[in-house]
Amino acid sequence: MTFSSHIADVPDEQVALTCDDVTISYGSFEAVKNVFLEVPRGKVTAFIGPSGCGKSTVLRCFNRMNDLIPSCSLKGRVIYEGQDLYAPNVDPVEVRRRIGMVFQRPNPFPKSIYENIAFGARINGYTGNMDELVESSLRRAAVWDECKDKLNQSGYSLSGGQQQRLCIARTIATQPDLILMDEPCSALDPISTLKVEETMHELKKEFTIVIVTHNMQQAVRVSDMTAFYNAVAVEGGSGKVGYLVEFDETANIFNNPKQEATQEYVSGRFG
Amino acid sequence: MAASGTDSLYKLRHRPPSDKLVDTGFRNLVMILALMVALILLGIFLVVGGQAWQAMQAFGINFVFSSTWDPVRDVYGAFTAIYGTLLTSLLALVFAVPLGVGTAIFLTEDFIGARVRSVISNMVELLAAIPSVVLGLWAIFVLEPFIRPVLQFIHNVLGWIPFFSTNPSGPGVMPAVLILTVMLLPIITAISRDSLNQVPGDLRQAAYGVGATRWTAIMKVMIPAAISGIIGGIMLALGRAMGETMAVTMIIGNQTTFNISWFAPGNTIASLIANQFGEAGDLQMSALMYAAFVLMIITFFVNVLAQWIVKRLALKYD
Amino acid sequence: MTSSSVNNPDLLFKPGLLRNQGNRLLTSIACLFAVIAIIPLIAVIAYVLFKGFAFLRPAMFFELPPVPGQDMGGGIGNAFVGTFIVTGLSCLFAIPIGVGGGIYLSEYGGNNRFSEFIRFGTNVLAGVPSIIAGVFIYGLIVSSRILFGSTFSAVAGGLALAVLMLPTIIKTTDEGLKLVPQELRWGALGVGASKFVTTAKVVVPSAIAPIATGVVLGIARSAGETAPLIFTAFFSPYWPDGLLEPMATMSVMIFNYAIMPYEAQVQLAWAASFVLVVMILTMNLLARWISSFAQR
Repeated sequence: MTFSSHIADVPDEQVALTCDDVTISYGSFEAVKNVFLEVPRGKVTAFIGPSGCGKSTVLRCFNRMNDLIPSCSLKGRVIYEGQDLYAPNVDPVEVRRRIGMVFQRPNPFPKSIYENIAFGARINGYTGNMDELVESSLRRAAVWDECKDKLNQSGYSLSGGQQQRLCIARTIATQPDLILMDEPCSALDPISTLKVEETMHELKKEFTIVIVTHNMQQAVRVSDMTAFYNAVAVEGGSGKVGYLVEFDETANIFNNPKQEATQEYVSGRFG
Repeated sequence: MAASGTDSLYKLRHRPPSDKLVDTGFRNLVMILALMVALILLGIFLVVGGQAWQAMQAFGINFVFSSTWDPVRDVYGAFTAIYGTLLTSLLALVFAVPLGVGTAIFLTEDFIGARVRSVISNMVELLAAIPSVVLGLWAIFVLEPFIRPVLQFIHNVLGWIPFFSTNPSGPGVMPAVLILTVMLLPIITAISRDSLNQVPGDLRQAAYGVGATRWTAIMKVMIPAAISGIIGGIMLALGRAMGETMAVTMIIGNQTTFNISWFAPGNTIASLIANQFGEAGDLQMSALMYAAFVLMIITFFVNVLAQWIVKRLALKYD
Repeated sequence: MTSSSVNNPDLLFKPGLLRNQGNRLLTSIACLFAVIAIIPLIAVIAYVLFKGFAFLRPAMFFELPPVPGQDMGGGIGNAFVGTFIVTGLSCLFAIPIGVGGGIYLSEYGGNNRFSEFIRFGTNVLAGVPSIIAGVFIYGLIVSSRILFGSTFSAVAGGLALAVLMLPTIIKTTDEGLKLVPQELRWGALGVGASKFVTTAKVVVPSAIAPIATGVVLGIARSAGETAPLIFTAFFSPYWPDGLLEPMATMSVMIFNYAIMPYEAQVQLAWAASFVLVVMILTMNLLARWISSFAQR
């Protein structure tokens, strides 16, 4: 707990987002406890860990998606650009305009492919050429070839993997600072997963990405940094509480972890 | 860093105050619209209660037990109408429940092809859509003349029973009961059918698995499992029957004096109001509002009870 | 074979067994009940269609009803137009309140105390007898002359019908919006849309089919209502003459004319019934057609 003092309020150029002693609860039940974390800028950070360890919960607090769950509350600070995202005067809508999100299941809007992309851009007051933006976003999400001939068709006309890449394109069209991905491949087949991962490799060049995955190979393939979360039973025994075990470069986490729990998890002994 | 170059293209990174105003304004607007439901209910209670106040003071609780309805002497009691409301509704249920539940069973079992069943199902639902005033017209010109010989026969044979003691001659309680039955049938059938359909198929298979016949399975397994929905539907139908106005007004005969016979003309609260409201004097109007108030209270309790039953008993099978 | 058959159970169906006879009896009863249940429907529809159609002439839509007891002929023109006006007015009141209230319940209220109370109130309102809606509006508007001194008026009739339509619309909107997947809301919020934009541009358009179904069913129900109109919109033998004047509707016309001892009026009642039933059944079929889109 001593290193909370290391976290400066002035943003480090290399840090995109900082968690300072974050504890998230659903009602009286603590889901994840005392997280200290610095998400590096311009890299892919993966969150791994067994289910129920709170990795998705932490991710969703980065753009205040947890606000939608009435009982959910957060203690501590999430600092972005020198500002605590949970300060009382912060507008969660503005937070989400800078920190985009891709969800577990593909969720295109029931609109045309073109409108799916243009919707977010318009909300963010995009003043450039919309046709160009739609094309470049779809290209960067590696789904342009599948979409270019049917931009006016519904987003649902695409396959699951294509839909997810459409959702990625929708997110990058708003040019966010940070892209959060909550198990983006968990609902996809292996071939679609591979395509989405290729897309991520492209996006890495431009964006800071945080991805939650339950697939360790995926973390190895796409991420630079990995955070391993684990869950422990609470004393008194009502459910489990998650905590951050170890955060390091991906290579170190998988080949040379410092904690025994990490070692056990990455070698497949539990989880 | 990557974003900084293109950031200037996005003019709305910061929401303008107008945007936030629209956001909270819309929230408040829809909240007020939702509140309207409560206001309307409160309004109904206050307006009807307020207009009934004069009669409440004049007749007190006696209003409910007195069967005198005399516009000439300006003395009013709603017993005949309240009795008529309860009698017609309950008698209609006596006919409609076995018919409706029986039809629902018929529609959920595979006695006949699925095609035919869905046709019958749809027809029963369409019956619910026919306006009550049209059913009233049909009752006057078709149902009542058709049923009169049957009622006459019952009177001839069982006339010594007080309920059948008058000679059926046109409008009366019994034709009103029958048209109410026609109106309740679709409600009871549709709700019972839905409740039976929601019973998990495993339950039926379990019953067959231990050697039950089809009807043992229906009577001992399916109906008990669906009973909350069925009873809830019956209660809703009861509420509807008590408030039903047009068809009953057109066929019941609108007699304000009390008569024990079911073949004589009678009255319900709703038909009393519909029939006398137009030319009511001051105190008479207030007495009608008092009757409306009583009707409102009765239907309120029946409906709340219906909801409670559905909620309370439904939990078991979720 | 003979020796072994002694031990073999006899699995043949025995129609004479008590349980099999009971089954047959109960099956026949259920079948009989179903037949009895659909007889009135067929009888009502057949009578209204045949009798109404027999009396219907195209000119009826352009003529006024005759003076009772004097003329034959005449039409239902004023009542036909009036039904559209009064029902239209009721939509004007009930649709914004109903859809807005439903949006509140599903999108903003969630399961908080207030919205649970409003849901309960909606169910109570749905159970309020239609005649009570009539006397309520009578007390509120007609007898108080609160609307520019007018008494019976089309507006009062529209308000009374709106009270009855409201619960149907709120409930179907609430339930329709709840069927919209949560992920869709997240998607919109995730690109920085405000709650209003999310609701108006993404959530409500996705639920438009169930909402429209509820609205059409509400209209179908209110178009045939009579009890709330007899002391609010009242009746008029003339063409509609302003929204603050009494107005004829087909349902009230059927009620008034059915009990008149004149053949001309009774014929008009049948003709109006035909038109009303055809309209309402069409709307119900329309509602089914719309809701078939919702299931896709």
